[in-house]
Amino acid sequence: MEKTVFKPKIPIEKQVLTTANGDEAVAYAVKQSYVDVVAAYPITPQTIIVEKYSEFVNDGLVHTEFIPVESEHSAMSACVGAAAAGARAFTATSSQGLALMVEIVYIASALRLPIVMAVVNRALSAPINIHNDHSDAYLMRDSGWIQLFVENVQETYDTTIQAFKIAEDPRVQLPVAVNLDGFFLSHTLENFYMLPDDTVYEFLGGPRKLVNVKVDYFSEEVPLVLNPARPLTFGSLDLYDYYFEHKVQQVEAMKNVPPVVREINEEWYKLTGRRYGDGVVDAYGVEDADIVIVAMGSGAGTIRSVVKKLREKGEKIGLLKIRMFRPFPYSDIAEILSGAKIVAVMDKAIGPGSFGALYEDIAVSLYDLDERPLLLDYIYGLGGRDLPPSLVYRMIEEVKKDLESKSVERKIRYLGVRE
Amino acid sequence: MSEPRGWRNLPIGGVAYRLSTDVKTGDWRALRPVVDHNKCTKCMICWLFCPDMAIVWDGEKIQVNLDYCKGCGICAHECPVKAISMVPEFEEV
Ligand code: SF4
Ligand code: SF4
Repeated sequence: MEKTVFKPKIPIEKQVLTTANGDEAVAYAVKQSYVDVVAAYPITPQTIIVEKYSEFVNDGLVHTEFIPVESEHSAMSACVGAAAAGARAFTATSSQGLALMVEIVYIASALRLPIVMAVVNRALSAPINIHNDHSDAYLMRDSGWIQLFVENVQETYDTTIQAFKIAEDPRVQLPVAVNLDGFFLSHTLENFYMLPDDTVYEFLGGPRKLVNVKVDYFSEEVPLVLNPARPLTFGSLDLYDYYFEHKVQQVEAMKNVPPVVREINEEWYKLTGRRYGDGVVDAYGVEDADIVIVAMGSGAGTIRSVVKKLREKGEKIGLLKIRMFRPFPYSDIAEILSGAKIVAVMDKAIGPGSFGALYEDIAVSLYDLDERPLLLDYIYGLGGRDLPPSLVYRMIEEVKKDLESKSVERKIRYLGVRE
Repeated sequence: MSEPRGWRNLPIGGVAYRLSTDVKTGDWRALRPVVDHNKCTKCMICWLFCPDMAIVWDGEKIQVNLDYCKGCGICAHECPVKAISMVPEFEEV
């Protein structure tokens, strides 16, 4: 609870209250982020982002070079080229588009190019489905990208701007994917506050700044950028003699991400009065909770409203929203969940032959605790299946029974599937 | 070969820390070009077409820098007077 009234640098009355869907909010955020290159291919439910952005380009409102490519593979390739040439680059995709692009997705992170991508989460085929779940995000889980998940349109806007700053931080230099739930966020109108253009420009420190590298054939450090005057080899062959070392470099860079995400979350708070937990996770009512639900994305909003009602009735229940899925905040989670008696993890994607990916990460986080809470995996919302509050209530009733009997018989459960 | 480096001492992004000319890339060749200087007219077409930079002009005649020649045979194919022949790598000339 805040005691003193905090006054942000840009108080709410100086922010513009507007209405947009999540996709448009991304487009506005990119417009204000002084992006040099946008390359994208339309795919539902991402299309609105690029449609809206191409209007800005057409109307001369941005200086961006807009590349309407012929596939997502090319979209990411164009972003890689642009970012290697020093540009601030952005793309957006969904589902099969991300699957097509994934070869270059790995290359973007390994070449340490701070690209930002909006992933408007959608189920992977087959069967063909254009609606939301997190299977596309899980697909790029080990690609070396930072993965952030947002809950509502305001967070979508805020996080997209923050993503550029996180990616370009000299300690990080890694690409960031901002995950927003297809249709639930991408096509749903919500009110949100926008910052003045110059505030965003100042927050990002102007256009992208390059980092330096030391290579043997130049006497001084040189900027990590394609430049004919000081040629560097990007994307070289790197067999058993150096591939391993470069992968470890990526792992080490990932270690710098949580503090940077937290700093930027705090900076955003001082600027706008808004923050999302500590930037990495957002715990609600977890301190004294026996039951904790773990979730990501827009579902967290529904669950929070249910949890809030139950807490008002005095029930010891909490919600842990994961905002940063990669790098995964294992130790933070261990600390937060150490007091819980039972933890229900909600995975919005399925892995035939395994648990949900979030469940596995939570299980690893808890493994070293002396007293581990009981752990459950709820698969929900596949292919856009709704998560109404009634379903959350039903799930919590089930979890309570497990807690009473102190045993968990079925670890994986499907929430909202017809038997 | 220099001492192999650890991850802390490599430039990020997989950027090569030395010039690519420091890395000899001609060791997987099966055929090698041999120039008949009596036939060669010094037109430099082979130099133009070599996809590497293996054809070099030494001031008097063309030479093949075998440290970088991949043995593709493009030079031999393009030479208008057939002054270049491709011989098996192990064959003495
Ligand atoms: S064989 Fe190929 S690589 Fe070698 S000199 Fe001729 S063109 Fe160049
Ligand atoms: S192409 Fe043939 S003739 Fe021309 S320089 Fe090369 S070897 Fe000589």
